[in-house]
Amino acid sequence: MQGKSRFLKITAFLGFAFLYAPIISLVIFSFNESKLVTVWGGFSTKWYAELFRDPQILEAAWVSAKIAFVSATLAVTVGTVASFVLIRFSKFRAKSLLSMMITAPLVMPEVIIGLSLLLLFVAMEGLIGWPGSRGVLTIIIAHATFGAAYAAVVIQSRLVDMDLSIEEAAQDLGAKPVRVFFDVTLPVIAPALVSAWLLAFTLSLDDLVVASFVSGPGASTLPMVIFSKVRLGVSPDVNALATIIIGLVSLGIIVTALHMNRSKRNL
Amino acid sequence: MSMFAHTETNARSRLPGGKALGGLLQRLGLGGRGLVIAIPTLWLLLFFLIPFLVVAKISLSEAAIARPPYLPIWEWDDGLLNINLNFGNYLFLLEDPLYLSAYLESIKIAGISTLIALLIGYPMAYLIARSPENQRNILLMLVVLPFWTSFLLRVYAWIGFLKANGIINNFLLWTGIIDEPLIMLQTDFAVYVGIVYSYLPFMILPLYANLVKLDQSYIEASADLGARPVTTFLTVTLPLSASGIIAGCMLVFIPAVGEFVIPALLGGPDTLMIGRVLWDEFFSNRDWPIASAVAIVMLFVLVIPIMMLRKAQAVEEGAS
Repeated sequence: MQGKSRFLKITAFLGFAFLYAPIISLVIFSFNESKLVTVWGGFSTKWYAELFRDPQILEAAWVSAKIAFVSATLAVTVGTVASFVLIRFSKFRAKSLLSMMITAPLVMPEVIIGLSLLLLFVAMEGLIGWPGSRGVLTIIIAHATFGAAYAAVVIQSRLVDMDLSIEEAAQDLGAKPVRVFFDVTLPVIAPALVSAWLLAFTLSLDDLVVASFVSGPGASTLPMVIFSKVRLGVSPDVNALATIIIGLVSLGIIVTALHMNRSKRNL
Repeated sequence: MSMFAHTETNARSRLPGGKALGGLLQRLGLGGRGLVIAIPTLWLLLFFLIPFLVVAKISLSEAAIARPPYLPIWEWDDGLLNINLNFGNYLFLLEDPLYLSAYLESIKIAGISTLIALLIGYPMAYLIARSPENQRNILLMLVVLPFWTSFLLRVYAWIGFLKANGIINNFLLWTGIIDEPLIMLQTDFAVYVGIVYSYLPFMILPLYANLVKLDQSYIEASADLGARPVTTFLTVTLPLSASGIIAGCMLVFIPAVGEFVIPALLGGPDTLMIGRVLWDEFFSNRDWPIASAVAIVMLFVLVIPIMMLRKAQAVEEGAS
């Protein structure tokens, strides 16, 4: 028994080391003086300075942030309504179709999602002249669609766990369904909506493949710029960028975890 | 809130015929309930389901130098509807060995990566599920945390690890284990590492969700009856976690088959994966019909794994 648990512990330790070593190395070598990313040449923050002088990266980061903000908000809206309809409404005709469509994007390869949406946009342009040009708008629609699938997973599990009696109480006291939803259901599932939004936001910020398909010549997102840089080999300013992103994500997760802990205690 | 409700009623009473419109919608079956159902259903129909029909349609058209770069498959000609279905793209996929070997290679790489991820992920999930309750959430968070940082940058980090003068080679040269750098980057090995690394959390989470529910008394009963730990594991734990294993494996296998970023950054020029072939057909060759045909065939390849995933997830949900 002792031997077994030691074996488990060693495997798990190696597993975690495997997950974290590359990330830690990115951070360490972002402070490397030398241009050779993996050879240590002394401490320096010059790659950060370089990063903030690169207009292409700054512009792309701004475009990505805008897209992620709007698409995450849309994704949570669509995901919430879809989850509510699937969990709370009695059987309706399109139920299994909706259930299939909201889960399918989770397992669809990105290249297929990207290609299919691009071909849709091109076909629609031919038929009704919309969406005119491809760029920020088409990326937002694409990201909102697969973001909604992830958001729905988070929100559905919260709706299933939720105590139905509070909604019933509100209904018995004469509240209309819309009122019950906004005054009772929404506040209760709010933490799940926050997690869902953050998940959709991160996925949007991270997506290279779908954005590359549906984007036009005008709009380059941050992953698209990074990919074209990285294809040419490692470059230290990408390490600096990675460190900033890792720092922001860790900060976000710590803040959310603390917030959720506190709201759990208040309940 | 009450202020909102107030202005809302005001706005409605100012709208002439608001009631009549509502009644009309109601009669069309589009009351409040219908509208609520319609929002996500229409969005997903338009931006998820219909696009696949468009892909299917374009996979049957002929490539052309035009904008967009394919010929229409139906045309009105003096009141005559001409339909030109071109199955040539699919025949081309069969004739050119490039595509068949890319499909097989993708399935092989995704399959082996899934197996490795299972071998690493199972002990980790088991350990987390057997940890004291207050440690579980921290360990789970450690598994999920890398998933929140950029996928592209995590794959990029492996370039620094695997390249000729990268971290692993520098370390091994320094210790004297090897005399000259190993060639790891731009090989299939690097692609395996990248896929296992990127998708490991997807393996661990469903396995954990399954193992944490496992009734400890079965294992104790088996031990009491004199079974050795290995026998107990093989005859009790493993069969009981089968649906978790299938769910985890499919969550790794399905996206790995169509993976583009990992073979593009870590693989060599001869690492043929179908996601990369589709990308090149589309972006380099601008052959949209062939790219569409590649996508449709990929969907058919993935139908069985997707069904297996759905079945395993249904079993898991039924068990909880």
